Amino acid sequence: MGAFTMEWRKLLLVIAVLSLTQLAKAQTPTYGVGRTPTAEEIRKVDISIGPDGKELPPGHGTAAEGAKLFREKQCVVCHGSTGSNGPAPTLIKSDGTKKSKYPCLVPCVNDSNVMALHAQYATTMWDYINRAMPLNKEGTLKPDEVYSLVAFLLFKNGVIPEDQVLDNQSLPKVKMPNHDHGALAPEWKHGVPIVAGYP
Amino acid sequence: MESKSSDRRKFLKNGAAFVGAAAAAAAAAATVVPASAQTTTPTPMPEMETPDLEALIAYGQRSPFVKSMRTSVMERMSPDEFGMTFHVQSPLQDSVGMITPSSLHYVSTHRGSYVPNIDPAEHRLVIHGMVDRPLIFTVDELKRLPFVTRAHFLECLGNRAKSTHKTVQQTHGLTSCSEWTGVLLSLLLKEAGVQSGAAFIVAEGAETVKGATSIPIAKAMDDCMVAYGQNGEALRPQQGYPIRLLVPGFEGMHNVKYLRRIKVVEKDYMTYNDYGHLVPDAQVAALTRVIGPKSVITFPSGDQKLPGPGFYEITGLAWSGSAAVRNVEISTDGGQNWKVAELRTPAHPMAHVRFALPWNWDGKECVILSRCTDELGTRQPTRAEAAAYWKQPENSEFRVPGADNSVFPWRIASDGSVHNGMA
Repeated sequence: MGAFTMEWRKLLLVIAVLSLTQLAKAQTPTYGVGRTPTAEEIRKVDISIGPDGKELPPGHGTAAEGAKLFREKQCVVCHGSTGSNGPAPTLIKSDGTKKSKYPCLVPCVNDSNVMALHAQYATTMWDYINRAMPLNKEGTLKPDEVYSLVAFLLFKNGVIPEDQVLDNQSLPKVKMPNHDHGALAPEWKHGVPIVAGYP
Repeated sequence: MESKSSDRRKFLKNGAAFVGAAAAAAAAAATVVPASAQTTTPTPMPEMETPDLEALIAYGQRSPFVKSMRTSVMERMSPDEFGMTFHVQSPLQDSVGMITPSSLHYVSTHRGSYVPNIDPAEHRLVIHGMVDRPLIFTVDELKRLPFVTRAHFLECLGNRAKSTHKTVQQTHGLTSCSEWTGVLLSLLLKEAGVQSGAAFIVAEGAETVKGATSIPIAKAMDDCMVAYGQNGEALRPQQGYPIRLLVPGFEGMHNVKYLRRIKVVEKDYMTYNDYGHLVPDAQVAALTRVIGPKSVITFPSGDQKLPGPGFYEITGLAWSGSAAVRNVEISTDGGQNWKVAELRTPAHPMAHVRFALPWNWDGKECVILSRCTDELGTRQPTRAEAAAYWKQPENSEFRVPGADNSVFPWRIASDGSVHNGMA
């Protein structure tokens, strides 16, 4: 009886080892083309900031510093001195006297898309300003400057108080006005109609 | 080499001498032609510019008689004040078959009309994030991997017909279809080993603004492609040279050009591009992401004119973001009766298909329409059907939610002129 159990145990062990080998095989690259990037190579290109802000770099900024930068970094040239009176998209909600010529998304504020009021997460603002602004000098802003510009825009749109310091802890916690109003598309599945019953 | 080229020069010289002698002989002959014959005007030789032989040999050009051109979208200046926003439409009224010439492919880009001039030897694709083995590829390394060649359409979410539009280039010109060649993204992701819990990828381009977008991992592992070839040659710079992402059937914005990075992540990263398409209703969001079944008649279409009653073929393009097109129906009486059109090209998944219906026009005013059904059984809605579904009144104010894939009418007047049926 004991020997029988031993045999079974051995067999089970063999099966377990075999399936582990199979598993390892499935996870082994088939072609081995390309190489492992260094940590530095990844760090240099990884500018994605997700909604929970875990990739946000150290640094901090305030609305007062952001107001200065908004002029110094020439943001005013395209977005206007008030953030809603330039040729580029509206950044600060206007009094409603000026209508944007750009198509407006929902929710539309005075006929304009105001990023600070439309994005669900403040991280979207940080990510975009960091990667794509200012015009012709994209990617040159330092983390403190990006935190400050986000703080300035959020303050001017009435989302945060003027004295709030934004850093990698506080910025992801900012509750954006549109946080609960945006819907993600339902899970995508191969071969399934986008919206059942439509039309 | 030296002697060869001098031989060639000699040959050319001799050739020229021969031509010269022949011309002299012809001139001599002309002097003896009777005076009566000289009154008939000889057929003038077409004026020939000295051909640039090297150019003729190296790269073919279309005939100067062919004038088909892309045009800017009416509503938005291209480029904009900053020289950066670009929306140009493909001349669908001139299209034949199912493939758009690469040079006439629509372009829709924000801050990208200054096309990056990327040296492929310097370009890299990094795959990282929630993977077991981050990977970095050169373009040449990508080309060593097993490739696929597939036809897929691209369409901008803004491809929405308006009553003010005159031509099919204006109503539907922000879609194009190419034969793409590249490596399946699923192959690259398997090489990297996607970790459990991964739900999205963030794809990013190398242009100045590093445009990025979130794509569900299920789609990334299904049929997405890292493409380097388009219509038998390298991608055009306006289409993402040296490599771009193709997300078949998803709205154009997801098809990241100048692809430099794929980050595997646990949730939708809500990038600038993603947030810009945020809507409060999940069903609208779904219709915003994937292009519904759609078709349009390209002949006869707006601003064209039928010379008179008689035989014509009604033809156009149909496509769906979820599957291949199963069938196309055409109505020549404003939607009361529908006839099944012939599909004249293979119907590939998420690709344009060319349809046609032989037709005798009786010379009377009529409204012609097309509608398609895809392999999932989803049918292109009329504006009335879309309005009924969304419980909104169908009037000129009604805006079809998501990507507008509604049935589009052309009105043919009794003089043969063709007009936008929405007007």
